[in-house]
Amino acid sequence: MENVVLLRYGEIHLKGQNRPYFERALLDNIKRALEEYEDIKIVKAQGRYFIENIEDDHRIYDKISRIFGIISFSPAVKVEKNMEAIKEAAELQLKEAMADRGSFDELTFKVESRRSDKSFFLNSMELSRRIGAHLLKKFPGIKVDVHEPMVTIYIEVREWAYIYHRLVPGVGGMPVGTNGKAALLLSGGIDSPVAGWMISKRGVELTAVHFHSFPYTSDRSKEKVIELCRILSGYCGAIKLYVVPFTRIQQELYQKCLDNMLTLLMRRFMMKIGEIIAIREGAGVLITGESLGQVASQTLESLCVTDDAVSMPVLRPLIGMDKVEIIDMAKKIGTYETSILPYEDCCTIFVPKHPLTRPKVDRVREAEALVDGKELIEEAVANVEAIEIKG
Amino acid sequence: MKNTIYLDNAATTPVHPDVAKAVMDCMVNDFGNPSSLHRLGLNAEKRVKEAREQIAWALGVSTDSIFFTSGGTEANNLAIIGTAMARRREGKHCITTQIEHPSVLNTFKYLEKEGWEVTYLPVDKRGMLDPDDVVKAVRSDTVLISIMHVNNEIGSIQPVEDIAKLVKEKGLSPLFHVDAIQSFEKLDLKPRRWGIDLLTVSGHKIHAPKGIGALYMRKGVKIHPVHWGGGQEGGIRSGTENVPGIVGFGEAVRWIEQDIDKKYLYMYKGILVAGLKERIPEMVINGPEPELGAPHILNVSFPGIRGEVMLHALEDKGVYVSTGSACSSRRKSIGPVFQAIGAKKEAARGAIRISFSHMNTSDEMYRTIDIFERCFKELKGYIRR
Repeated sequence: MENVVLLRYGEIHLKGQNRPYFERALLDNIKRALEEYEDIKIVKAQGRYFIENIEDDHRIYDKISRIFGIISFSPAVKVEKNMEAIKEAAELQLKEAMADRGSFDELTFKVESRRSDKSFFLNSMELSRRIGAHLLKKFPGIKVDVHEPMVTIYIEVREWAYIYHRLVPGVGGMPVGTNGKAALLLSGGIDSPVAGWMISKRGVELTAVHFHSFPYTSDRSKEKVIELCRILSGYCGAIKLYVVPFTRIQQELYQKCLDNMLTLLMRRFMMKIGEIIAIREGAGVLITGESLGQVASQTLESLCVTDDAVSMPVLRPLIGMDKVEIIDMAKKIGTYETSILPYEDCCTIFVPKHPLTRPKVDRVREAEALVDGKELIEEAVANVEAIEIKG
Repeated sequence: MKNTIYLDNAATTPVHPDVAKAVMDCMVNDFGNPSSLHRLGLNAEKRVKEAREQIAWALGVSTDSIFFTSGGTEANNLAIIGTAMARRREGKHCITTQIEHPSVLNTFKYLEKEGWEVTYLPVDKRGMLDPDDVVKAVRSDTVLISIMHVNNEIGSIQPVEDIAKLVKEKGLSPLFHVDAIQSFEKLDLKPRRWGIDLLTVSGHKIHAPKGIGALYMRKGVKIHPVHWGGGQEGGIRSGTENVPGIVGFGEAVRWIEQDIDKKYLYMYKGILVAGLKERIPEMVINGPEPELGAPHILNVSFPGIRGEVMLHALEDKGVYVSTGSACSSRRKSIGPVFQAIGAKKEAARGAIRISFSHMNTSDEMYRTIDIFERCFKELKGYIRR
């Protein structure tokens, strides 16, 4: 009896002629996510992958549950295609399911079989019936319920027989790398990691850009952003993080421009620098964590002014989400606890008391012209620090 | 590390090389359990004994009144909870101050939840207590007075000697505990002569490793232990002795007592205060006048510049300091010490704590003055409008 994991992938089915391309990308992503387990073997079979020669270990399942493109998976056992072996495996699976539930009383179950090896001597109905009967005899007190069973024992007969009872939801989405590359403006707050995650989930590779304002922000706030990238990279693979020194730009703006435009001007500079890094990294779009109306710099008018700074498309996946929805997602993907660590980020310093909420593009451009933007940006870009981060 | 000037010694100190050597030697060679019957056990026991004698000698107390703990926090907890448990039939009232370290303050908060009454005495704007206030607060059911010697954030010194005398003169019965973590090996400290019943000291504030502290307990004082085990440290603090830590603590005390002139700390402070006042007239000193406060702690603010920002700017130039106290730097609201001295929010937000040790030099003070001036000039253009 051998432990295996059965992986199911979803939308790739729809991809017609591109299907091999998506499948290859998914396979690469699985290999990458599980690279520390050297002995595993990945076998492809009709709309699913089997990972063989693997331990029954929750750490492996955690990793699998973060691979974009997998809709569900099942830890299973692989046995020879004979009734004795299948019965024994089914017994063990039922015992495990009972242990998971903590109670043996009044347990209801059913057996569901699939037979892709049509040469197997029983059809799937008959196989289910016989195994069900065996389990009933073995565990007195349990009952069959074909409509709403507490436990379902699945049997798949292929070259081998696979038996399992767990059906774990995967994260879904598309394999990373099948949809190009984007640069994520990552602040260290709650929103931007979620935004990056959402876009990456659709198969996009990420590079991250963070603005650092030492001494107004500390090494701890930088460490925090590195940690956020590490969490994200558990889903989307290695991330190259660019840390941009932003202090001088903020100080210049603070000295030369009107208070009420500061945040907007700052954001425009961030977009411009983000665009330069995106081009350098071969990324075609920017991602931000902006959500409509959340703060003054995220009103419709403000977003237009921010967009005006760059020619690259800007993806804002959180645009229609409420803060509580974003927080729920951050908790789900595991970035929330890190995001709420109380270190200053560069957006919370030099905040104007009364920021403009309905800025005019022309006026903002005029204000921006008061500083030597080109020189400031060149200096910042020349001094970026690039950090390779792997989950 | 060559250009590093470490001025956060009230948070922790670097382990002195001689101390590190002694600790290493102990870990590798005298690694036995002092309770073991064989020779290795005996050797370890001897080293613990030597360290105990060293610390007892420095405090002018008898060897059997020193009890090792895992550090200052544990010793403070032990003193307070141990006294409360031992005397709970005599009364349920304690006295302390509003500016104690969290290891004292939060222990009393716990006692309050358990039905005790605690009086938190106020301090003046320099952070100093009036000894008469202590005596006035004593009631017939008061069992413990706990007052820190030197405040860790602003360096104010409490007249613990006078308080002890006053309490004894009036014939009052509560035990008197002093948290001397910040004053040990910096100020004169003679608990037995002064009439202090319990006193806390810690290793890592005086160049010993972290994880070692001690409680002095006057002979005849009875407190309850707060955890139970093999009966080490006279049953007051069970658990296998942290022999390397104890040896390091003893060695640090030996080094300071033998090689160090404690007056140097006041000199460093004097140099720094004079230099900073001259170069940065805007600077505000928080807490007591420098000559009235502890020799190794100076707390200052630079109006308009947040403490955290100044700290990082200084760090970039190799000078390491603290905002307020390291334990509370992540708190957003103004801390209890600054509240107690009636500091303005502006001063509290800008507070920088500079703290020296016996391992600093005068040259470092002069360089520090230059660096402060540079940082101040760089940041002052961007003060909040």
